[in-house]
Amino acid sequence: MADSTTSRVSYTLDSSLDSVNKIEHTAEQYAQRAGFDEERIPYIAMAVREAAVNAILHGNAYDPDKHITASFETTSEDLIIRITDQGTGLDPETLPDPLAPENILRGSGRGIFLIRAFMDEVNFRLLHPGTELTLIKHRTPAKSGT
Amino acid sequence: MSMTVATRQVDGVTILDLSGRITLGEGSVTLRDSVRDLLAKGQKNILLNLSEIDYIDSSGIGELVSAFTAVKSAGGELKLLNLTKKVHDLLQITKLYTVFDVRDDEAHAISAFTN
Repeated sequence: MADSTTSRVSYTLDSSLDSVNKIEHTAEQYAQRAGFDEERIPYIAMAVREAAVNAILHGNAYDPDKHITASFETTSEDLIIRITDQGTGLDPETLPDPLAPENILRGSGRGIFLIRAFMDEVNFRLLHPGTELTLIKHRTPAKSGT
Repeated sequence: MSMTVATRQVDGVTILDLSGRITLGEGSVTLRDSVRDLLAKGQKNILLNLSEIDYIDSSGIGELVSAFTAVKSAGGELKLLNLTKKVHDLLQITKLYTVFDVRDDEAHAISAFTN
């Protein structure tokens, strides 16, 4: 069952694929601690991975002088992950729909779509410079008799 | 964690037995290079055995799509074999399940190649 403790930890990392793997692994651990079941944890971790890839690849463009931050917060209600980059900023309204027939055979452009598919809430905030992506998954403790 | 590829030939079809993760970086690049090498050698009937692929991200999905279109453009066929539940679900969510020819029996998959 979910507890009522709120905790938040933040990491600052290089713009590298190694950072992506670290963030994904950390997301798995936090999702596990938050009480999500074995079915959901890989998809939460995948959403967080996609957000980290987006920050490093499209945001910071692997610039060694730029960093990303990843914060993990567990409240009584939610698991909240925030990923920020120092790039030029991402406007989600400009993203093409990967399910549209004209885009279905594109070799990229599915990351944000998958994040939205696996998380309950996804919010974008422009930081000037950079983007903060907030991913929220509601904790759903089992209720007896339901 | 990386991806490994083993190649087999059966009745004119090249089967790539993939194992590991297809993600941004090593896995995606390995898949791209493997398919590119086969096309360069004129091997255009390709069956990707994904039974040992336990993880794929959006980059990996994109690489599967790129491989599919590259093989098709070269006049060949690319089919997928033995999807794990996770990969199956991802292809469903992204509406790609019906784009690919997905098979769960190797012999039937091989006989389904038209060239």
